[in-house]
Amino acid sequence: MSVSWFKYAAPMNFYPLAGKLIPVFWILAIGLTGFGLYWGFFQTPDVLSDQKQYYRIIFVHVAVSWMAMWLYGMMVFWGLVGLVFNTRLSFMMAQATSITGALMAFVALVSGAVWGKVSWGTWWDWDPRLTMMLILMFLYIGYIALHSAIDNSRRADQASAVLSLVGLAVVPIIYYSVNCPNPNECNSLHQESSFKGVESNILLGMLVTALGFWMYSFATILMRVRTIILERDINTKWVSKL
Amino acid sequence: MSLTVSNLQCTRGDRQLFSGLNLQLNPKQLLFLEGQNGSGKTTLIRTLCSLFIADKGEILWQGQPIKEHLEAYHRALFYLGHLNAIKGDLTTLENLRFNHTMSEQQSSDDELLDALERIGLFGYEDFPTRQLSQGQKRRVALARLLVNKSPLWILDEPFVALDIAAVELLQHIISQHIETGGMAILTTHQAVPLTKGKIQHLNLDDYAAESGMESYV
Amino acid sequence: MFNTFWMILKRDLKLALRRRSEVFTVLFFFIIVVSLFPLGVGFNEAMLQQIAPGVAWIAALLSSMLALERLFANDYVDGTLEQMLLTPQPLSMLVLAKMTAHWLLTGLPLILVAPVVGILYHLAPQTVITLMFMLLLGTPILSMIGAIGAALTLGLRGGGVLISLLILPLYIPVLIYGSSAITESTLQSGNIEPHIMLLSAFLLLSLIFSPWATASALKISLE
Repeated sequence: MSVSWFKYAAPMNFYPLAGKLIPVFWILAIGLTGFGLYWGFFQTPDVLSDQKQYYRIIFVHVAVSWMAMWLYGMMVFWGLVGLVFNTRLSFMMAQATSITGALMAFVALVSGAVWGKVSWGTWWDWDPRLTMMLILMFLYIGYIALHSAIDNSRRADQASAVLSLVGLAVVPIIYYSVNCPNPNECNSLHQESSFKGVESNILLGMLVTALGFWMYSFATILMRVRTIILERDINTKWVSKL
Repeated sequence: MSLTVSNLQCTRGDRQLFSGLNLQLNPKQLLFLEGQNGSGKTTLIRTLCSLFIADKGEILWQGQPIKEHLEAYHRALFYLGHLNAIKGDLTTLENLRFNHTMSEQQSSDDELLDALERIGLFGYEDFPTRQLSQGQKRRVALARLLVNKSPLWILDEPFVALDIAAVELLQHIISQHIETGGMAILTTHQAVPLTKGKIQHLNLDDYAAESGMESYV
Repeated sequence: MFNTFWMILKRDLKLALRRRSEVFTVLFFFIIVVSLFPLGVGFNEAMLQQIAPGVAWIAALLSSMLALERLFANDYVDGTLEQMLLTPQPLSMLVLAKMTAHWLLTGLPLILVAPVVGILYHLAPQTVITLMFMLLLGTPILSMIGAIGAALTLGLRGGGVLISLLILPLYIPVLIYGSSAITESTLQSGNIEPHIMLLSAFLLLSLIFSPWATASALKISLE
């Protein structure tokens, strides 16, 4: 069986394909998220001795934080593909991804703040991970702001792709500097793995929820891409036939 | 030495300007680009200069795609757009010298002064250009043509803001360039009489996109 | 190639000399921001000494932002930039020349007035020297990373504010190491060598990548 992938690089062919995929992703998103959260809320033991249930927000918090990071990577990837192959659809994917990504970063910050309030008694702490999430949100906002400030769609696409690439190049340096503001004190910096010491039961809940959020992201990104395609191709024959 | 354009298609923003455009320019040829406002004259000019990237089609200079041999192409090209590329805080001579040397051309100050004199800016060489009139500023930019040795000139509306004397002078400069084996592309309504060489016309309205455009990647 | 580098550098410096006010605007902006902080937070000497590194760096970031808008804007408006793209020289070299001129006109003056920060915030002479040295390492990074933002926002409405949104987050490492080095140097056991190494590495990386990124951004913006 040979599938011509380049066929679907044309917005005209991708539009109906995306339309068929969206319901599939929605069903998967609801199913997986529902199962993940059910598992996390009711099938995992209380890890805190005093029976406090607030820790269960991590099933949402961890999943959205992962999504915020992965979606940034995906946005850079699509921008890079667009710059290399000069395909309009890739840029549209990048643009659509940025909104979902920024939303995920925002939800991660809010859920982090709620968790912080109940566990540490403060809405905000300059914890390296929270700080990184804040900076990640700034990067998303910069991307969206640049894209919407440029009227010419091709320039907007390419310029924001370059910006996201520069962001990706600087993120490791920011990450290091935020984690280790005084290099004298962390010559042997070992970020301990987040998975260590997490019960596999809890991990399952987190992973399934994250998978559900992936499906949710795909669904919303495709929906947004369809809108962008229509906006951009408004003058073409195939759109006027719709 | 020749410029060949085949099957060019350009889109500006989300609007397709022209498609299927072909042209061939050889030495001793002068090409006039015509078309109504919005037909994409400036976009075509900028595409031919490598400033704008076309959706489709190829531009060959001496048989080589320009995007792979940009350096050689830029050495052969002289482009002047709507903007004069001069700095108000620099003097007339400094402006000419900077722009001329940037395009890797060598001329002594005497040659540059001579060019300024011929273009009608004698006595202004040490004036900051911000004190000059609109037409005089255009002349500062056009003075480069007198010392430039590039074979291909691409000029976007070169006659704008010039008085009658300057228009005649510029017509003379361009026709001399063509007659000595150069080539030029102009967007203008001003005729340029030639004693030798050939004049071509290309009307962009003939290549305009139909009401609905085809989908593309 | 180096010929062109010098030509652009000389031209930009000459232009700045004929319009000196622009250089001084940035310089006085820096001094004003630095002197406003004590008015806002009080004159406690120990506290001023503690916040001085951060304040000096934030003022430096903001002044660099202020100057960035003009990095390519003038050349863009009058068509010079377009001509530069059409020269046979590699664009990244021309960009590097413009960055260098920009740093000489807006970064270097900040280093020279850094002793004023020392006086206003009661810093020890040794600390002032560290501050100047860290500014020397850090401000070129600001010019180079900022140039990418300036190129991307070229000719856009509200470009100045937009640049800050894009570029300020990328300045964070410079801010963190630049100011923590100064704090570190006031300690008895302070060792700022790692800070210097890290900032130098960042400087080197930006020197390699930013002219190239800026050049591609300029091509995109001028299309």
